[in-house]
Amino acid sequence: MKPPVFALLVCAVLLAVSGALANEQKNWKDKPDVYAELGKAPEKARNRANPLAHDPEAAAAGRLLFEDHCAECHGHNAGGGKKGPSLRAPEVQNAPSGAIFWLLTNGVVRKGMPVWSRLPEPQRWQLVRYLKSLGIAEASPPATEASSKP
Amino acid sequence: MRLVRCSSFALGLLFLTFGTSIRSSSAQESPYFVTYDHYLEEPRNLEVEYFSTFGTQRGGNNFHSYWTEFEYGATAWWTTEFYLDAQTTFHDSTVFSGFKWENRFRPLQHEHWINPIIYVEYEDINGTDKTLKDIVGHDVEAEFLEPNAETRREHKREVELKLILSSTVKGWNISENIISEKNLSNEPWEFGYALGVSRPLSLKASAKRCSFCRQNFVAGVEMYGGLGDRYSFGLKDTAHYLAPAVAWNLPSGWTLRLSPGFGLNDNSHQFLLRWGVSREINDFGGMVRRLLGAKS
Repeated sequence: MKPPVFALLVCAVLLAVSGALANEQKNWKDKPDVYAELGKAPEKARNRANPLAHDPEAAAAGRLLFEDHCAECHGHNAGGGKKGPSLRAPEVQNAPSGAIFWLLTNGVVRKGMPVWSRLPEPQRWQLVRYLKSLGIAEASPPATEASSKP
Repeated sequence: MRLVRCSSFALGLLFLTFGTSIRSSSAQESPYFVTYDHYLEEPRNLEVEYFSTFGTQRGGNNFHSYWTEFEYGATAWWTTEFYLDAQTTFHDSTVFSGFKWENRFRPLQHEHWINPIIYVEYEDINGTDKTLKDIVGHDVEAEFLEPNAETRREHKREVELKLILSSTVKGWNISENIISEKNLSNEPWEFGYALGVSRPLSLKASAKRCSFCRQNFVAGVEMYGGLGDRYSFGLKDTAHYLAPAVAWNLPSGWTLRLSPGFGLNDNSHQFLLRWGVSREINDFGGMVRRLLGAKS
């Protein structure tokens, strides 16, 4: 097989496979346990306090980081997007900062959320500070037993 | 030859035009050219990258090799990438070297002290390849002396496996790549390594959007080289390089990289200057799906 033909074949297979995989990633609204991962944060991680909680610029910096890295999936006002759930749901807003930081660091790789440890630790805390500053939005999906852990 | 050069320019132009009219976000790319860390492409995003290497050649003509990468995040645990390589040897010719298809898989769900990534690559290239991106076995400077007219007749189909180990501690990324490569004809397994250390100049983000903020710059250093083959494993007759590197992640979504590299022994090219430009296209997979009529 000639290289250009092989290359085209490879591209076609890749597009088909990735399309199929993307199709499997259902809309987050169809997943009742979308926030369950927050409850899996280890106790030590949950108890970590945000070192930038009182930094006056942390939320503003976090907003820019959110726009750059998170808004694509979670929506520009964090109210949920095509790929990611609302981060203004009570499950997130009432979760400890340490649990959100842990989730950002580890991602939910099997469910499509990448790890964000690429961002230095202070930037992840700035993101957490921004998310916490948003507060609970009125419209959010119903809480489930698994996701209603503190 | 002119056709290849024109095609490269056309591809570059297309990339620039296309890249400026689509959604993208500020990337957070590492400065590495050779070493891989454990961060994969975000799902459904496509990163288009152009890289160049200028290399000196003792006893022969200097060269400029260049390649384009299309890196796609199939899932959060699988990134697939397609390369097209070409090179110009001064006072000789410009030739298309071939293509590579690589896949990186993340086996573990969570972050650990050391994060492994499995890398599998298939290469279909000719002997003119001078990207010096995968230095393995006894790849030494003297092998690059032959004119393109001769080396282009050599056809190589190779499989490359890498174990990528990477850690991020207090803003520092430390990556180690253990490389093995097998020419699918009757040749032995060859081995190599790549090491990289990098860190953003500032760990905190600025509260204002800015191009020249320290957090946008990531500086580091890479070291890479060959480790012989199955029958002669070790440092004898191998080439090694040390290369400081810097990446500038612009708020517009573009990333620029620069890396001067220095050969560490007489088997190495004395100087390699690498540079690159890349841009991430958000939700490329979704765009393709919508193009094909699927609901997003």
